[in-house]
Amino acid sequence: MLKSTVDRVAEATPHVIARRMHGLSDRALAWLFVAPSIVLLLAVNIFPLIWTIRLSFTNFRVNRPNAEVDFVGLRNYASILSDRDIWLTMQATAHFLIWTIVLQVLIGFSLAYLINKKFRGNDLWTTIIVLPMMLSPAVVGNFWTFLYQPQIGLFNYAVGFLTGADPSSFSMIGDVKLAPWAIIIVDTWMWTPFVMLICLAGLRSIPPSIYEAAECDRASKWRQFWTITIPLVLPFLMLAVLFRGIENFKMFDLVVQLTGGGPGSITELTSINLKREAFEKWRTGYASAYAVILFVTVFGLASIYVKALNKVKQR
Amino acid sequence: MTRFFNGLLHFRRSAWEMLASVLIAAGVVMLMQPFALALYSWSFVVTLLGTVMFIIVSHFPE
Repeated sequence: MLKSTVDRVAEATPHVIARRMHGLSDRALAWLFVAPSIVLLLAVNIFPLIWTIRLSFTNFRVNRPNAEVDFVGLRNYASILSDRDIWLTMQATAHFLIWTIVLQVLIGFSLAYLINKKFRGNDLWTTIIVLPMMLSPAVVGNFWTFLYQPQIGLFNYAVGFLTGADPSSFSMIGDVKLAPWAIIIVDTWMWTPFVMLICLAGLRSIPPSIYEAAECDRASKWRQFWTITIPLVLPFLMLAVLFRGIENFKMFDLVVQLTGGGPGSITELTSINLKREAFEKWRTGYASAYAVILFVTVFGLASIYVKALNKVKQR
Repeated sequence: MTRFFNGLLHFRRSAWEMLASVLIAAGVVMLMQPFALALYSWSFVVTLLGTVMFIIVSHFPE
């Protein structure tokens, strides 16, 4: 007689284990399976978070493990929230965050809209557009440093060719005014394909019958775009903005590789500044308070964003 | 507006979630704005208040 997989597994289970499992309820069994994940989550996520919050109220320095650790109350928080340099860092992050998201959403959606049309070589173009996203940020940072070189850089040459300016007359990563835009251009170049893919998934999920019904009602292409395409793609777009917003709020590798936070500290984003406090100045307690402030900000924003996303999905 | 205040008085989730969301958004704007250092200094308190409120009120009845 043919045995099912369940029967074979039951027969292969040692008697000792089988006897122990026999008296367990479904609920207990479910907890038994979920428990390892919960323990792992507690150990990897929750414990470090609680430990960071605890450290944020102390003057602990990780490079002086034997020194006495004092409880300093809210002094670290007060110090961070009255520091003009950190305030400038927050503004640099806001500038980077807003412009990258605006550009990535506009270009990403436009590309998805074009790619969604049936044309020859559609798949090839999709693959080519998606290529930057697959590269390592270290590699991207490195080769864009060469592209931005005033003497030999292709970017400067292209700008010079289009505008008639002397390519060596400006330096994208050496100029205080241009450096913030240099990192925005690279991040947009790298991550627009990600937004495009999410928008493409949204566009392909719209049933053609809706457009056919709109055609029957003599709705113009413009009206179809605003009343069918945009509302149905909106949840996908919002998801893309959420992902990119959280990622760019903690942007580190690409900017360090490109500008290292310079010139001066004009492109020093919060995560770079935090790393300096924690691992260059070794002010662990202070850096922990800084990390808690950033965590609460991202957590709060993500909470209202997820609520808005659920509302849009329910419509 | 009356509905919103009634919701607050009767501990309805939607009204309180709206208030918490406004606090969070205001806190984030205060944190990143380039105009006043005083706003930056109070930003974390506002964001934290909004976030904690959001967690609590999401358990209120609809």
